[in-house]
Formats: sequence, C-alpha cells, structure tokens
Amino acid sequence: MARIVLNDVRKTYGTVEAIKGVSLDIADGELIVLVGPSGCGKSTLLRMIAGLEGITGGTISIGDRVVNDLEPSERDIAMVFQNYALYPHMTVRQNLAYGLKNRNTPKPEIDRRIAEAAKALEIEPFLERKPRQLSGGQRQRVAMGRAIVREPAAYLFDEPLSNLDAKLRVQMRVEIKRLQRSLATTSVYVTHDQMEAMTLADRLVVLNGGHIEQVGTPIELYEKPATTFVATFIGSPSMNLLATPAPGAGWVLSGATHLPAGVATLGIRPEDLHLAEEGRDDAFRADVKVAAVELVGAESYVHGTLPDGTPIVFRVAGRSRIAMDDTMTIGAAASGLHFFDQEGARLA
Amino acid sequence: MHTVAFPNKILPYLLVAPQIILTVVFFFWPASQAIYQSTLREDPFGLKSGFVGLANFSAVLADPNYLSSLQVTVIFSILTALVSMGVALLLATAADRVVRGQTLYRTLLIWPYAVAPAVAGMLWLFMFNPAMGTLAYLLRRNGFGWDPLLNGDQAMALIVVAAAWKQISYNFLFFVAGLQAIPRSLIEAASIDGARGARRFWTIVFPLLAPTTFFLLVVNTVYAFFDTFGIIHAVTGGGPAKATETLVYKVYNDGFVNLNLGSSAAQSVILMIIVIALTAFQFRFVEKRVHYG
Repeated sequence: MARIVLNDVRKTYGTVEAIKGVSLDIADGELIVLVGPSGCGKSTLLRMIAGLEGITGGTISIGDRVVNDLEPSERDIAMVFQNYALYPHMTVRQNLAYGLKNRNTPKPEIDRRIAEAAKALEIEPFLERKPRQLSGGQRQRVAMGRAIVREPAAYLFDEPLSNLDAKLRVQMRVEIKRLQRSLATTSVYVTHDQMEAMTLADRLVVLNGGHIEQVGTPIELYEKPATTFVATFIGSPSMNLLATPAPGAGWVLSGATHLPAGVATLGIRPEDLHLAEEGRDDAFRADVKVAAVELVGAESYVHGTLPDGTPIVFRVAGRSRIAMDDTMTIGAAASGLHFFDQEGARLA
Repeated sequence: MHTVAFPNKILPYLLVAPQIILTVVFFFWPASQAIYQSTLREDPFGLKSGFVGLANFSAVLADPNYLSSLQVTVIFSILTALVSMGVALLLATAADRVVRGQTLYRTLLIWPYAVAPAVAGMLWLFMFNPAMGTLAYLLRRNGFGWDPLLNGDQAMALIVVAAAWKQISYNFLFFVAGLQAIPRSLIEAASIDGARGARRFWTIVFPLLAPTTFFLLVVNTVYAFFDTFGIIHAVTGGGPAKATETLVYKVYNDGFVNLNLGSSAAQSVILMIIVIALTAFQFRFVEKRVHYG
C-alpha cells in the first residue's frame, strides 16, 4: 500500500534527454497506465521507479520514502517483465519462493502465500513444473504469482501481455484488472497498446518524447484530449484532423458554430461522424468521395477524401451498402468537434 | 530432426568425406596401430617382435609405478580444471561488469591461449626455477623453502599453475559468452527479488551457466590428460622422482626414452579408454543436472 510520487524526474543518456521532467502523483491503490509510442520513455520511467535505471534529476518516492538511492530490492516493489523473466532452472514453486527466501520469510508463511497465489491464479497444477514446460499464458500467470506472493507496496508491469496471442491478451487483461481490484495495491502498467491502456487504467498517462502529454481517466482523455497527439493516439481508428481555415476544402460549419480564435486544427472522431440527413441539425458538413470500406463486424469504417484531397474516416453502423467511388455528405454535431491551436494544444 | 533429400547420390558422401578422412587418418589409424602394438613385444635388439596377447596390459596394470602415475594424473587434472575454470569464471564475471574498454580487456585476456604449451612451460620455469627464477628468489628471500626440483608437491603446483594459466583464456572466452547469453531481465528480476552479489551469482547466474561449465569440464579434463605433455616436459620432465609423471608423460617416457614400445602402446590404449569412459560418464551423469534453458 503506497502512494508513488514522481517530482520533476529526469533521465539523460550522455547528451540525449530520455525523460524530460516528469511529475506525477499516483494515489494509493490506483492503477496507472503509462502509454505512448515506442521510444517515448514509458519503459525507462517504469525502470526508474523499479530502480533498474539511475535517476539523473528529480525525486521518486514510494510510500513517503524517497527511493532515489535505494536498491531495487529495498524499494518494496514487484515487477512483471515482458518476457516473464522466470528462472528457468527452478520449478514454479521455487520461482515464487525465491524472493521470499531472500528476505528470510519463515517457511510456513512462504507456503501459505504460494498456496494463496497459486489458487488465485489457478496455477496449482503446475507448481512442480519448470517454466519451459508451461505455455505462454501459464508463464504469464507464474510471473504474476511471483509478484503477488511478495505482497509489495506497488506492482510494476512492463508490457506484460505483449508476448501473448490476441485472445489470451484480452482474457489476461480482464484478469489483471480483477486481481488489481481485489488486491487494491498501487500499480504502474506500461503498454503501447491504447486499447489495453483504456480498459485497464484508473488513470492514463500519455507520454511522448520523454514528457507527459496528458494525465486523466480514460474517458477524459477520449472526450477532451489536451493535444492533437493524445487526440490521435487515443481511439481507433484515430481522430480525423483537418487544417483550418481551409476555404474550398469541401467542409463547412453551420451558422450557430464558428471557429474559435487561433484555431489551426479541427478534430472529429470517426464515430462522431454520420451520413447527413435532411432536417438533422449538423454543426459540421462535408462532401466525401469513398476510397475504401472496412467492415469490422458490427460496424464499418469508410475511408474517403474531401474535395481538396484530405483523407477522412467515418463510421457507419452495421453492414453498409456504401461502395467505392460513391459520393455523399457527412455531418457531425457540435459536441463532436475538437479545436486545437498552432502548437496542437486544445482550445477550450 | 529435419531430413534433407539430396538430388545427387554421391554429393552427400563427398560433403562428409573430409571429416571422415580426417578422423580415419588422425584417430582410427593411429588408434588401431596402438592397439596392434600393445599386443606385441619387441626383442631387446628390436629385430623382431612377437604376439603376447594381453600380457602388456597385465604387466602395466600390476606396475606400482603405473598406478602412482594414474594418481598423479587424477590430482593434476582435477587441480588444473578447478584452477583454470575457477580463475576464468572470476575474470569473466569481472569482465562482464567492465563498461569501458571491454573489448581491449577481453583481447588481452585471450592472448595466453596463443602461447605454445612448451613456451608457456618455459615462461613459468623462468619465473620459478630455483636457480635463476625471479619469483623463486622472492619466495626464498621471504623465508619460503621453494624448490620444485626436490619437492614433488611444489613441482606439481608449478605445472598445475602453468597448465591452468594456458587454459584460462579458452575458458574465459566461453564463460564471457555464457554470461552474455543470460537474459538481462533475469538478473533484474533477481535483483528485485532481493538477491545481490554472491547470493545472486550462486542461485541464478551459476546455474544458468551450467551448460557452459559442463562443456568446459569435458574440454579441460581432456586437455589436462592429453595436451599438457609440452608443459610437463619443459618444466619438470616428470620429476622429481616421477612426482609429476602423468599418464601421457609416462607413455612418452616408456615408449621413446625407455623404448618399451609394447608397454607404451598398452598404456596409450588404456589412456584412450579412460578418456572415453570419463567423457561418457560426464555426459551420462553430470549433464542430467544441466539446464539448457
């Protein structure tokens, strides 16, 4: 149980600044997801919290204790690695017991915790097996078990699901969420998968180029992205960004809505666009020529272009009869419009 | 296993031919000659030789000199393997931590392997020769009665050091590679799990190095048995009083110095059997405890 506070944390490798002053307050029991594209510094940040990377500047504290100069083992954290990092020469039971033995935990206590964790993770039948005799999903559970038995102040997850196949990933995602709820232990979770991030997080931290773009609940980030980066990173397919003002681009705003001062980009999510109908009061209207239609089951995504050639994607429910080279008018309500300035920051 | 079908009938034989020819010329032919020789006895003038069956073997095995030579060999091999592998492992773990100049450090440590056995022996002899060795002089000045020419244990220590020194480079290379093959995340997981320093080494690193260690154990044993002739010949010549006469050295001594070809051949056959048995034993029993990840 602990609060984790990052205060102006920096990391430089030689002259390259990998983490450019990150401040973050993680509440006790919260599940925070660090998300961003490759090389954004999310793994580095996690490893700095774990103590596997040195801290160039700023402070990290776990449970009101500054841990900058503490060894990983002294920080009272447990980490789940991307490749699981199970000890191949030990059985599952020995893997789980290793961290406890090193801390001189009494034998009956070790047995009790292993039994508990094994039950929760349904790995009881494999306790006497070696990791190489287990499937990917089972190894993943063992790796989680190794973290759980330690009963640490915080869990750190470094892309723990990226080695699993798609189906198993969804299943484990739900399980991690359930487990984290029941343990109520502060957790920091790193992923590059925005879907995983959205479904898991209490709060999301979007990182880009070593700094925080936005922190908030998944729904906040989805509804009010602070920057164009967050706007395109969260949500799939990503938000359409249209340059403004664009006379002759083939789109118009209706009378009641107008562009705020300083706007450079207009953003609209594909799911906020719809086929225009007579009598519907749309704030945004555009003419589109269809280039491709993607059917993804319950809905279809139509890829088209505006008259000036700008690509645009919109969603239609069900199986549409829209075909290539069709032309049509689409619209969006005022609530679906996002405005960003020259630097990509959100306007109001 | 993946089976490959060659379109040509002769090509596969041609491809394995060089290996087969090498093995036949350098192993099967000499080995069969040794077996043949071991059943013969030469007359004192070398004019004719007669078939004596296994008489050479029974004579050799009943000879107390031979049994003491066997004992010398076992002690020498164990010590050489232990020292060379121990020091190599120590150096390799140290090299693994070096961040700057790692390549230079490694290159320098590999050099001794390029030194010929006899030359290596001479180097150590120069340093420790009681009459002119610099280090021998230092030892004696500090009150240590260093005289490998008279003291068998000291002579043994000297050839062990010389033989191990030459093999350290080889072992070092393999240990460095073995250490690099251990995934970093395992070491990190161990450090989060509260294992540091020696504890982490013995519980995580060393077990994961087991395949390398096992391989080197086989190689070093064979080395100590066979390839150390040059060193022994240069440093002690098997003395004092046969205290450093290993089986290989005795084969040479009996065959080429004492010209007892039948006995010498019988000894080399026994030596061959010992090494085959030892390697088979290591593969059968030691390898079972090895984890290949």
